[in-house]
Amino acid sequence: MKTVSLVLIVLLSFTLSATKVAAQNVYVSSEKDDSIAVFTPVGKLLTTYKTCLRPRDMQFNLNQTRLLVLCGDSDLLVEIDMVAGTTVDEMPLGKSPELFELSPDQKTVYASIEDDAVLAAYDRKTKKQIFAISTGGEPEGVLIAADGEIAYVTSEEANLVHVIDLPTRTITKNLKVGDRPRRFAISNDGQEVWVTNELSASVSVIDTRTQTVKDTIRFEISGIRANRITPVGIVMSSDNRTAWVALGRANRVAQVDIKTKEVLATVLTGKRPWGLALSPDQKTLYVTNGLSDDMTLIDTQKRKAFRTVATGRVPHTPLVAAKP
Amino acid sequence: MSQLTPALLGCRLTACTGVKRVYRGLALGFILCLGAAAALAQSAQKSASAIGKVTPAQTITIALISLRGDPRYQSRTIEHHYLGHPSGRLLRAAELALQDGRLVLSADGLSLAMRDVLVPDSEALGAALQKLIGEGVRYWLLDLPAPLVTQSVQAAHGNALMFNVSARDDSLRGASCADNLFHVIPSDAMRSDALAQYVAARNWRKALVLEGTTPADQALAAAWRRAANRYGIQTTATKTFKLSGNPAERDMANTRLLTGERGHDIVAVWDADGEFARTLPYATQWPRPVIGSNGLVALAWHPQWERNGGPQLSRRFRKSAQREMVAQDWAAWLSVKAIVRLLTSIETRAIGEQAAALSSAINIDGYKGPSLSFRAWDGQLRQPIFIAHADGVITAAPDDGVLHPTENMDTLGFDESEGLCKRQP
Repeated sequence: MKTVSLVLIVLLSFTLSATKVAAQNVYVSSEKDDSIAVFTPVGKLLTTYKTCLRPRDMQFNLNQTRLLVLCGDSDLLVEIDMVAGTTVDEMPLGKSPELFELSPDQKTVYASIEDDAVLAAYDRKTKKQIFAISTGGEPEGVLIAADGEIAYVTSEEANLVHVIDLPTRTITKNLKVGDRPRRFAISNDGQEVWVTNELSASVSVIDTRTQTVKDTIRFEISGIRANRITPVGIVMSSDNRTAWVALGRANRVAQVDIKTKEVLATVLTGKRPWGLALSPDQKTLYVTNGLSDDMTLIDTQKRKAFRTVATGRVPHTPLVAAKP
Repeated sequence: MSQLTPALLGCRLTACTGVKRVYRGLALGFILCLGAAAALAQSAQKSASAIGKVTPAQTITIALISLRGDPRYQSRTIEHHYLGHPSGRLLRAAELALQDGRLVLSADGLSLAMRDVLVPDSEALGAALQKLIGEGVRYWLLDLPAPLVTQSVQAAHGNALMFNVSARDDSLRGASCADNLFHVIPSDAMRSDALAQYVAARNWRKALVLEGTTPADQALAAAWRRAANRYGIQTTATKTFKLSGNPAERDMANTRLLTGERGHDIVAVWDADGEFARTLPYATQWPRPVIGSNGLVALAWHPQWERNGGPQLSRRFRKSAQREMVAQDWAAWLSVKAIVRLLTSIETRAIGEQAAALSSAINIDGYKGPSLSFRAWDGQLRQPIFIAHADGVITAAPDDGVLHPTENMDTLGFDESEGLCKRQP
């Protein structure tokens, strides 16, 4: 009898958690706890999923039933069933993968593979590598644009952004950007690709029509020396008006006007903010702080942090489920 | 510096400079140059897209100059893995940076090659350097003791840009400093300052100092005295240790007798060789931490540095060299990175102008956090220094709270105002 009721309780709690994880929850990967924490939109911890080793980048599948998680130490891309919270599929990647993007149809996974210095493409169905393109040392940021025809990849070591034509699998351009380029964001209209330069305290703006660097946005904060401003994470609002940039050791995020390229405000966060995500209504910015092991929630209209919640050790990426 | 437009890129190519010269002062010339530059840049970028198939227009050679029979590289010495000592020759580290820079250089039509120059003695060094100058090899990594570094500076006579990757002597940053000489390895003063900052912040204010008898030991002890004085670390006693076969001197290697007095918080040991210092941690009379040449040490690199891409660099080096990266390897790697940066950032190949750029405008990513640069006043690379033990890194100096009017990293080593180096920045 006891076991039966225990099973019932377990089943009941599963159904409960199933309803809980449905919409707008925030998923945060923890590099050192090998887990993903699930928060409500206001930052209440709901549950934690165990993952493969050193989970970093994450994406949803198209109907948001699965969470795709890249694990840097297991060299895997795993798929987690968001209702059960368990790993239901996995695909081997190259050694020490960093970040990934999906083709628009989600059939292909493009991952930066640090140890081999390549951008590798994998078929999600056959779980085989389709091709790999050599990049500069330590490839990191990946962006798939132009309906899956073009990939942008940063090389942290070579200070380059590679523009890759995916149908022909060739690098068409190597763009010199700032020092240690990290991550990308693309404007809604697809006309601009922004890349953060961690050691230049700047963002390079790439014109996607000419594939040239057309502008550089520099961050300056009074009272903070330039070498403490280390931008990594970047996200753009869905109305194409503002970009948010995590400024790393400056312990702040910056809000930038996409049109005028003007820095509108900086907001205090935890220590070394790097991962960023916006809520579907764009009112909340979620910021993972790599050195203080927590997440800051920012009211984007008031430009003010309103809550900080503990995460696993070294939180990497926050990801927000859109409205169902 | 890094924002080079395609036009600028193209203008570095000789054909375009020619066009520019003919039409100097004319707007037409400028427009022509821009047009030609754009075309050239485009073709350069096209060729760069086929990675590995590029035929570079120009190969620039970097020489790594070392002593044949250097006692530091004797296999029995290497086996000890004393903290702060090199763990193998530096060629692999330099080649790693060469590999790293290949792509960005090829976009400018350049490629690099390493030349390993091994000389048995000072006389052969002179001949080898003359040969390098004759062949136009102008970038030198010096893995040499201080007197030979000075000899190299004199032999170069303004014809080479030199990077000191292993001599830590403070004198090279002071009285013996030189215009085209850059120090990538941190000086003794920088390492002592880093340790002193850490122990002062811990409030470990009383130090028992144990020093060896060799000039190298004495140099370390002198650097520590300066740092201890700067950060208010009091010396309770200074004692001399000696590893000796003479029965009358046996007490001088007895760790309990040497550390028997009371009243100190830490034991600072200065042992350039490393053998005695290794016997000291956990062998003191009182339970006191050991710092200096063993125990808690100040290092330019540690294979267990976990942040800022450190694991990636250490892993790449391990894969290529089959051993762990240590400070001297890091210095050789960074020197080549600095050369790559220089070649891709400014057009001129004049040594004086390159040295001036290195002293002011060039920033390099050293995988230690902040962007690194060279001090204009003595050519020393300003950099964080790891406070570490054999097993891992405790923190990187300067730690939070250590402040300087312009640049916190300049709290380590000789500051501009000390004016010890009479160098033309």
